[in-house]
Amino acid sequence: MTQLPQGGPQTQRAPEQAPAPIGLPAQRPSTWAVQSRRLRAAATTEPGRLQIIGAVLALLVLAFGAVTALEISHRSAAADDVVGRSQPLSADAANIYRSLADADTMAAGGFLAGAQEPKAVQDQYRKDIEEAARLLVKASANTDASTSSWQEITTLNELLPVYTGLIERARANNRQGLPLGGAYLRYANQKMTNELLPAAERLYAAETGRLDRDSADARQWPFLSLAAGIVVLGALVWMQRRNYRRTNRVFNHGLLVATAAASVVLLWLAVGHTVARTELRSAMTQGQESLDVLNNARINSLKARANENLTLVARGAVLTADGSADQYETDYTTGMKALKAQLKQAGQLADDRSGSAPVAEAARSVTEWQERHRKARATDDRGDYDGALKQIIGAEDSTGQSFQQVDTALRKALAHEQGEFTSAAEDGRGALRGLPTGAAALAVLGAVAAILGVNRRLSEYR
Amino acid sequence: MTRARTGTRHRPARGGLRGWGGVTGMAVACVITASLTLLPLSRHDGRTAGADTVGGGTAAAFPARAEACTDPEASLPPSSADGPGIAKIKARGKLVAGVDQNSFRWGYRNPYSGELEGFDIDLVRALAKDILGDPNAVIFRAIPTNQRIAALERDRVDVIVRTMTINCKRLEQVSFSTAYFRTGQQILAPKDSAITGYDGSLKGKRVCSGEGTTAYEALEKESYGAIFKDESDGTERDRDQLTVPNQLDCLVRLQLGEVDAVLTDNALGAGQAAQDPAVALKGAGPFTTEYYGVAAKKGADDLVARVNKVLVDYRAGGADSAWMVSYRKWLAAGLPGITAPPAPKYRSE
Repeated sequence: MTQLPQGGPQTQRAPEQAPAPIGLPAQRPSTWAVQSRRLRAAATTEPGRLQIIGAVLALLVLAFGAVTALEISHRSAAADDVVGRSQPLSADAANIYRSLADADTMAAGGFLAGAQEPKAVQDQYRKDIEEAARLLVKASANTDASTSSWQEITTLNELLPVYTGLIERARANNRQGLPLGGAYLRYANQKMTNELLPAAERLYAAETGRLDRDSADARQWPFLSLAAGIVVLGALVWMQRRNYRRTNRVFNHGLLVATAAASVVLLWLAVGHTVARTELRSAMTQGQESLDVLNNARINSLKARANENLTLVARGAVLTADGSADQYETDYTTGMKALKAQLKQAGQLADDRSGSAPVAEAARSVTEWQERHRKARATDDRGDYDGALKQIIGAEDSTGQSFQQVDTALRKALAHEQGEFTSAAEDGRGALRGLPTGAAALAVLGAVAAILGVNRRLSEYR
Repeated sequence: MTRARTGTRHRPARGGLRGWGGVTGMAVACVITASLTLLPLSRHDGRTAGADTVGGGTAAAFPARAEACTDPEASLPPSSADGPGIAKIKARGKLVAGVDQNSFRWGYRNPYSGELEGFDIDLVRALAKDILGDPNAVIFRAIPTNQRIAALERDRVDVIVRTMTINCKRLEQVSFSTAYFRTGQQILAPKDSAITGYDGSLKGKRVCSGEGTTAYEALEKESYGAIFKDESDGTERDRDQLTVPNQLDCLVRLQLGEVDAVLTDNALGAGQAAQDPAVALKGAGPFTTEYYGVAAKKGADDLVARVNKVLVDYRAGGADSAWMVSYRKWLAAGLPGITAPPAPKYRSE
């Protein structure tokens, strides 16, 4: 602007051709100056003003569309992650945790049965180890090396062969009839309880944390888009009011279409995201929370079962720190207490009959399990080891049977809650589907309509 | 077995009990013990397994002071007279015996037969045969090491036959039969190891022992530069690497290369060696002398005298005695060279 007075002389000097490197940068501010002068000149006349207003309106509508498309794409991607990545990974982590605990339970159970393990128990142990190994590979493929999950997966990958090695040593010694087998089994259980299971638990917590974050990301209000939408609508209304005042015409078709398009986008945005939010929230509260409690309950039932078996394997070889009680019996009691508390919580979280029925069934079986356990302990205390063994690992009326019932019921409850989660989360994700493209298309339409509407007015001056 | 567990994993301050106060206390206790054998015993209030504490085995180190307990192995003279203790067992028709089921060759459950077997188990059956006429009229109860005394005091078992070392401290709480086996601490290590025994060859080596055992106490007294303590022993974070809940856990660590040697009773060490031909007891012999006895509730004199009588028969017969037969069956492979059971000692009163 300071160069304004120089405008004349400069054009006159043009033929002289000042050295290009100096002249060129000097020209840019002058172009800006020319533009701005032209704009100022235009703003003083009504057609000029209309041209400016038309351009600004079109840009605003386009910006609104772009912001909406971007923001919702981000929300939608987060919702995709919830359904397609983080929830499955969290479920996988829970399964790794469960497989490991189950393998330990099977190892102890098979050991109790004598030198020759029952085939079903052996198969289940192998399946558990295979499943854990397979899921670990899958999890590591989906995890960045910089995360804490990676750390846990590495730990588990390192320890799993150590654990299975100890179990094989226990089996080899047991087959030779040596009590050393029992000592190896206890050592393997110690590795599992103190190192593997805590790592699996941390992995599960990390994956569940990622799910929480993805879900929160998807549920975050699209503030920018909403604000942009309100500004655009305001601008369009203002323009129509201005028109009305100056020309006394109520309708301008172009502006009306632009307003309609912007309103549709805003409404779609608000409703679509609210629905998505609600569904995703209910997926978390009704599905994921229950899943979390049920997963923990299932793992506690497995730990309690392993400890119950080990009580018979160790027979008082390992005592609590104060020496007053059997370590495994104490751990069993603690595990059962946690299991009962979690089942109670799961019962409260269950929101329909098909969700609460299996939980109630599990709770009933737990009570029966505890009763049978007390009887088995009494039998063992009477000195009837074989009788106690039958009451613990026998096919009928044994605590093993009760444990199986608990496990089956919990599996049913987990499947139900997983279904609830997935359907709610998919509904939530579906509510956002098409919104980014729709918003972009409608914005282009609105921008074109706004320009046409303003042009219609402008043509009256020509 | 010389496991003398404290009530907790806490180790008593070194030498605490070895002061004069402790010795005097033991002397007094043994006097009381001796006098009480003549009286029907009322329960020792407040005595639980937790009182089955360390230090008892060291009483022999102070014979001059602890006159009343110079000879803990001396027991009541043998007798087959019936008394209230025997009558109770006969009325029940079963002998209830507290045993171990984790000690190979002593008391362990054979996974093929599902039966308990071993040197201690044979002795229990001999007791049942004598008292009830049937070697199978027994209820075996697996009793944890530190619950042995409590199980007697609470009448959960009639006798404890579980590699239990006779010592003055325990005599305050239970009655012992005459000694039925002589043992002592000895180092167990891989056959090709440079470790030669409980000596300087242990320097810098990792030595495993049972938590709260006399083996651990021996290491505390003289470790020859061996590493034998876990970093966070006695806390929740104890990783159970060098001090373990059960002596057999030491063999697991030894096989996995996590420790270099094991210190335990040679009787139990032999049980470990029997499970792994690559390890052996090291040195000329045990560096302590301890005796196993059958424990009964304090004051059950008729039962103790009866057990002593069974032991007389059990030892009799020279090389063909029941004792030697059982020894050859279970222990000779791991503890060779024993030609006769320990001679019984009796109190003169």
